[in-house]
Amino acid sequence: MAPILNISDLRKSYADGFEALKGVSLQIETGEIIALLGPNGAGKTTLISTICGITTATSGSVTVGGHDILSEYRAARAMIGLVPQEINLEPFEKVINTVRFSRGLFGKPSDDAALERILRQLSLWDKRDNQIRELSGGMKRRVLIAKALSHEPRLLFLDEPTAGVDVELRKDMWEIVEGLKADGVTIVLTTHYIEEAEAIADRVGVIAKGELLLVEDKASLMARMGQKQLDVQLSEPLDEVPAALAKYNLTLCDNNRTLTYSYDTRAERTGITKLLSDVSAAGLVLRDVVTRQSSLEDIFVGLVHDEEEAAL
Amino acid sequence: MNWTAIKAIYLFEMARFFRTLAQSFISPVLSTCLYFVVFGAAIGSRIQEVDGVSYGAFIVPGLIMLSVITQAISNASFGIYFPKFIGTIYELLSAPVSFLEIVAGYVGAAATKALFIGVIILITAFFFVDVNIAHPVAMIAFLVLTCLSFALLGFIIGIWAGNFEQLQLVPLLIVTPLVFLGGSFYSISMLPPIWQTISFFNPVVYLISGFRWSFFGAADVPIALSLCAIAGFTTLCLLIIWWIFKTGWRIRQ
Repeated sequence: MAPILNISDLRKSYADGFEALKGVSLQIETGEIIALLGPNGAGKTTLISTICGITTATSGSVTVGGHDILSEYRAARAMIGLVPQEINLEPFEKVINTVRFSRGLFGKPSDDAALERILRQLSLWDKRDNQIRELSGGMKRRVLIAKALSHEPRLLFLDEPTAGVDVELRKDMWEIVEGLKADGVTIVLTTHYIEEAEAIADRVGVIAKGELLLVEDKASLMARMGQKQLDVQLSEPLDEVPAALAKYNLTLCDNNRTLTYSYDTRAERTGITKLLSDVSAAGLVLRDVVTRQSSLEDIFVGLVHDEEEAAL
Repeated sequence: MNWTAIKAIYLFEMARFFRTLAQSFISPVLSTCLYFVVFGAAIGSRIQEVDGVSYGAFIVPGLIMLSVITQAISNASFGIYFPKFIGTIYELLSAPVSFLEIVAGYVGAAATKALFIGVIILITAFFFVDVNIAHPVAMIAFLVLTCLSFALLGFIIGIWAGNFEQLQLVPLLIVTPLVFLGGSFYSISMLPPIWQTISFFNPVVYLISGFRWSFFGAADVPIALSLCAIAGFTTLCLLIIWWIFKTGWRIRQ
């Protein structure tokens, strides 16, 4: 299937010479959820704003559903829903009116049943006649989502949907995203919460300093980096790894008091039992055993860190 | 053409107007009544007829123009400045709409509001003075064109303004003096020759003169010139707006 979003060599420089995007290329398949991970100021919002038409690219091209965002902007934008990072809403407007406005603005004929379905899905139906200023922060964010969904987009951008949102609402938001995915909506979300990307994304992209450092299937990324380490802490320091334990590729660290063993959690045999019995057979006395797993966070921090070092 | 979008913007803006309906109407009606009391009754009773029309009736077209121009500018400038100020402009920029549709929605709504107010003032005037409208069709055409062209100007001001002070600046410093000195309350022919010459550089003179012609059949400047002036002004505003959207000036980075 053709990708719903095709970004090729997108660049954006501001008048003051700042390069917010340095040649980003990315293809997003219909129906997937992709999380763009990156620190503040990495260019996530600029990327989304450029695709949506809020900022203009310096060079490069973007197509949405095969429509160029400049020459066929009507067709392209009609497919897109955008939930911005900032809560930008008219305070004195009623919820239902602002959502109805959004639908009209995107050229869709009014359809009260569709709006009701969207508002109910977001638990906003009871609040439809409230003025927006009367709503809590979390509810306002839902209104933003309702506005973005009002014209039934095929591609939804969620720019840091859970920034500054409590845990419960974040879980709700993830459920909403799952529901949308089930409806066949493609979702691009930016976040700097790694757990969010881990929880809901199919693919993860890492952006730093205007460059896309990596895009990978979340599962394979986790698998590649999903090594686990077992630290065997000893009561007495060793001079070297005993010959009997050589086959385990152990490393000695922590003033020669800890033996570290790396293994794959998904392998049929992790070799832990055998290792531990061999350790005691070698006459070593255990003080403690600790396991560690690399998370997306480690991968992410590692990538961003490497990038910073390369820049020096 | 995305007609649905134009309608959505138009209705959304009109809803704001109807939400504050009382305020929207009371203030212009009250100020018009005050003008009639002060200029029409108190001072006007000592002034001779102007061009064969009683002074009270003579100022009606000028008063309507004064309110309509002020309202068209303030409604349109606020209408587009507010989304910029609170950030909801992101939605307009990311919607499948052309600049023409955005302008049509906002300017159409602002012009409609100004037109409402103009009509209300005309009705109010009937309670104070006898007004005969010599050319009703021309009168309506002038009124509508004025509402539209100054709403376009207001739209430009709203895009240009970076804060609320600037939003007030142009109307206060430029438009109000031009309207007051444009013959709202007097005939240009009443001025000394040098001031008559200067007045003809004021574009509002042509509007008020043309509008007054539609009421009384007499004017300071030929009606054709008035029409050219308003057509030229509207075209200039449209060109500026077209340039704004083409370059993204003050809206799209």
